[in-house]
Amino acid sequence: MKNSLACTPKRKFRDNIGLLFISPWIIGFLAFQLYPLVASLFYSFTDYSLLSKPVFTGLKNYIDIFTVDPDFYNSIKATFIYTLIAVPGKLIFALIIAMILNSKLRFAGAYTTMYYLPSILGGSVAISILWRFLFKSDGIINMAFGKLSIPAVDWLGSPDVALFTISLLTIWQFGSSMVIFLTGLKNIPYELYEAAKIDGASSVKKFLHITVPMLTPMILFNLVMQTINAFQEFTGAFVITNGGPMKATNLMSLMIYDNAFSFFKMGYASALSWILFIVIIAMTLIIFRTSNNWVHYEDKEDF
Amino acid sequence: MGFRIKYTLKNVFLLLFGLLLIYPLVWLFFASFKTNNEIFGSLKLLPNSFSWDAYINGWKGSGQFGYGVFLLNTFKLVIPTVLFTIASSSVVAYGFARFNFVLKKPLFALMISTLMLPNTVIIIPRYLQFQKLGWLNSYLPFIVPAIFACYPFFIFMLVQFFRGIPRDLDESAFLDGCGRVRFLISILLPLSKSALFSVAIFQFIWTWNDFFNTLIYIDSVKKFPLSLGLRMSMDATTSINWNQIIAMSIITIIPPVILFFFAQKHFVQGIATTGIKG
Repeated sequence: MKNSLACTPKRKFRDNIGLLFISPWIIGFLAFQLYPLVASLFYSFTDYSLLSKPVFTGLKNYIDIFTVDPDFYNSIKATFIYTLIAVPGKLIFALIIAMILNSKLRFAGAYTTMYYLPSILGGSVAISILWRFLFKSDGIINMAFGKLSIPAVDWLGSPDVALFTISLLTIWQFGSSMVIFLTGLKNIPYELYEAAKIDGASSVKKFLHITVPMLTPMILFNLVMQTINAFQEFTGAFVITNGGPMKATNLMSLMIYDNAFSFFKMGYASALSWILFIVIIAMTLIIFRTSNNWVHYEDKEDF
Repeated sequence: MGFRIKYTLKNVFLLLFGLLLIYPLVWLFFASFKTNNEIFGSLKLLPNSFSWDAYINGWKGSGQFGYGVFLLNTFKLVIPTVLFTIASSSVVAYGFARFNFVLKKPLFALMISTLMLPNTVIIIPRYLQFQKLGWLNSYLPFIVPAIFACYPFFIFMLVQFFRGIPRDLDESAFLDGCGRVRFLISILLPLSKSALFSVAIFQFIWTWNDFFNTLIYIDSVKKFPLSLGLRMSMDATTSINWNQIIAMSIITIIPPVILFFFAQKHFVQGIATTGIKG
């Protein structure tokens, strides 16, 4: 109690003109984020085909999705499998390469550029087309496999493999996560490793007891952002396989797109998008909840 | 001795693995000079002879509009979006970084939390909203949100940067009679060149590569940006002229690649200090 006075920072005066500066964002947030969010919730309880006014149908869309729709379970399953392959794959490569890059190498900058390049281009249609071409049944991947006497793989035509091929495109773009890990690695005080060395710790022990714990905030950040992105993957699956074969790559965002913009079932598609939203929130919350057990903070930040 | 071996091994691994990763891009580049038969016929990287045919024929496009139109459209879409993003995000970031106003903390938290709002969830009402406003098939669905700072990632990035610039500067400027707007324009922004630069690069590349939003908002071929033009070329004919598609793919990825090499320092810094996406 006694110390509380000394600890209070210098009293800051109110400067409400700041509100004026942030007002563009407030307007933008209300008009282009909050309003659409509320509207989408409203539409999800309606039958709305664009031609006539939305008709309130209560929970019908949601009930249909869970009981009648033949595609929903398939779609949500594909989305989960895709996320479970792509996100860990991406983070593991990002971490391994970041660790190697973190040692004093002469060409570290050039390597970083090389590994980062796929992250710049990976989301574009051009690269999706390239992927489709590389992994065609008679594409150059299978041609190279043939040269090495490895049996050809039906990368895009087999339902089990196609989802993996799409995930591979995402994993290929691990450069941006790698750069974030690299920043984290550079911030680990060298003395920690020195001390461990004196204690005779092996490199595995140093990795498990110093590197990983010190890197957990970065791991959490990458995990959350990449998971949110993965649940919304669209371009790759749409351009490379267009949801096929046998709807194996019909991810949730493709299903939402089809319902809204091919069948004009706006209400139904809104309900699907809310289910996806709830799944994303749930996954994010689960990651944050469990993170209390594994994320190590040096000092708490402002936010 | 052991150190040297380890060092060499690391270099060899990084080089080989890196080359493996960018091999598809290198292949794409050389394939654009090959004939259609050669693309399928052999595994060789280099073409038998360099031919510009794929570029010349591909550039014409498959219908009424060629890639010249798509390229111009892409610039009409990307450039205003980038400029307005820089302007609006820096004004808003200035507000958050330098003033104490009512509800500042919750508003900032709200802004950060919208980073996690999935685009997929709001796309349908946004489409309907823009339809009512008559903005469909124009670039306004990209430009207007940029005017209103709807990119929390950039606001966050700039707030972080502005916080690193000492407050003493503000005070001495105010003592000299500098107004708040003038302080932003003639002192803070020039000092933040590198941060503004990374906002511009990120937004340029993301908007340039954007496919999902253009697919939804743009429906006449006349207004197609490169991404839509490219997909149309691929879907238009039953027998795909792969070499032309590949040549046009190279055209669409060259501007982001040039920008990346030109400004990679800012880029990597930007993603490292606040980093998201990719």
